Amino acid sequence: MMMKNAPSRVEIHNEWDIVRARQSGRDYAKELGFGNVDQARIATAISELARNIYLYAKPGVITIEVIDDQGKKGLAITAKDDGPGINDLRQAMEDGYTTSGGLGAGLPGVKRLMDEFDILSEAGKGTKITARKYLR
Amino acid sequence: MIDQEQMYERYKRLLAEYMEGKNEETLYNGQLFSRHMIECGVSPEDVLSVHIEIMREFFPNMDERLESSFDFLLEAMIGYGLAYREHQNLRFKQRQLETEIDIAANVQQSLLVSAVPEIDSLDIGVISKPAKKMSGDYYHFVRDEQNFLSIAIADVIGKGIPAAMCMSMIKYAMDSEPEQRTKPSAVLENLNRVVEQNVDPSMFITMFYGLYNEKEHRLYYASAGHEPGFFYSSQKDRFEELTAKGRVLGLDRSTKYREYEKLIMPGDMIVLLSDGVTECRTKKGFIERGEVVDLIRKRMDRSAQEIVDSVYKELERLQEFQLRDDFTLIILKRRV
Repeated sequence: MMMKNAPSRVEIHNEWDIVRARQSGRDYAKELGFGNVDQARIATAISELARNIYLYAKPGVITIEVIDDQGKKGLAITAKDDGPGINDLRQAMEDGYTTSGGLGAGLPGVKRLMDEFDILSEAGKGTKITARKYLR
Repeated sequence: MIDQEQMYERYKRLLAEYMEGKNEETLYNGQLFSRHMIECGVSPEDVLSVHIEIMREFFPNMDERLESSFDFLLEAMIGYGLAYREHQNLRFKQRQLETEIDIAANVQQSLLVSAVPEIDSLDIGVISKPAKKMSGDYYHFVRDEQNFLSIAIADVIGKGIPAAMCMSMIKYAMDSEPEQRTKPSAVLENLNRVVEQNVDPSMFITMFYGLYNEKEHRLYYASAGHEPGFFYSSQKDRFEELTAKGRVLGLDRSTKYREYEKLIMPGDMIVLLSDGVTECRTKKGFIERGEVVDLIRKRMDRSAQEIVDSVYKELERLQEFQLRDDFTLIILKRRV
């Protein structure tokens, strides 16, 4: 398989797209040399992000790309949408806020699965989440 | 953190040992090891991943479908791992909160404690216990130079932290009352305005306020919807209700309070309480106010402090050591 240098871009309209995004993330992770658990973690993180878009802010885009930060190789996942945005980010990042409602791992879960996490959101304009995981 | 390689090797040894001999001791050691891993914060999916790797090492020619089944299981366990770590974090937060509440409760205790004045003619006993960590009950004693003793007992409807915050406000409002003696009705009218202005409409405060003239041995008092106390007349050897009518604080800013007056003879007693005393719930249901009176009567020959302590102990036992509401009991006894 050829090394994937070009980013992969998956538009999220329906649940099929969530599966495509996961698959793409897993392929990238495998090829970069992530172990089984990390592959599953990355796939789960992508799943959560894509599902958030699908449920609350479709359409949106998941982008997966290989990063090289001064020799530190890894994977960056970006989730971007033009949805309603998140009003209270602190609340959304709080443990137990989404999970208690059975909505899944939520954003704190994504943050835990990955090494770095950043979120920008503006009410009425949309949300952009970037999460990175590095090879150990 | 536990060393990844160390964990791998130890798990592998235990697993191999078990697969050889299937003995209980290995299982026991495995259990101990898992406890160690939990202490080190190892997630379930990490344990599973180690297991899978070792199985691949032991069985290089494992059936491909069996191998896939492990991957499937791993995927399923990621969610459990997340839930596990979230749980750990929430537990940590809970401990932090508890520490914070403990500190707040200490701060509140230091606010609440009002020194009981030493007076020749009166024997005074007080006990105040919160149902939870923080109390919504409040009491205070102030004695001025002209030998007037003011006594306040208040109860914020509700309990726990919101009631305690409300109680602190009452404390400050009381402290900012003018130095000179004020009529009980005027004190309540003033506090009523403060409460009406500053407290959430869903919260109510009841209060009894009394002023005792040590020279004439008269008690002037007024009540804002507070649980009525008792008056014991030694001459009649009888307990009576210390009735006083008035609306609870915070309902209506123009509320007026009626003032009452009572002559206190040697051996007479004034009993003030919060509804945590009368609303004790025992196996037989709520206790009657009459039962509280009986408890006091049985101990009447003791000092005021001994009476309140002993009544509290008795009611605590009757409730199987679980207070359902903040408990405050005050007894003033005119010495013979």
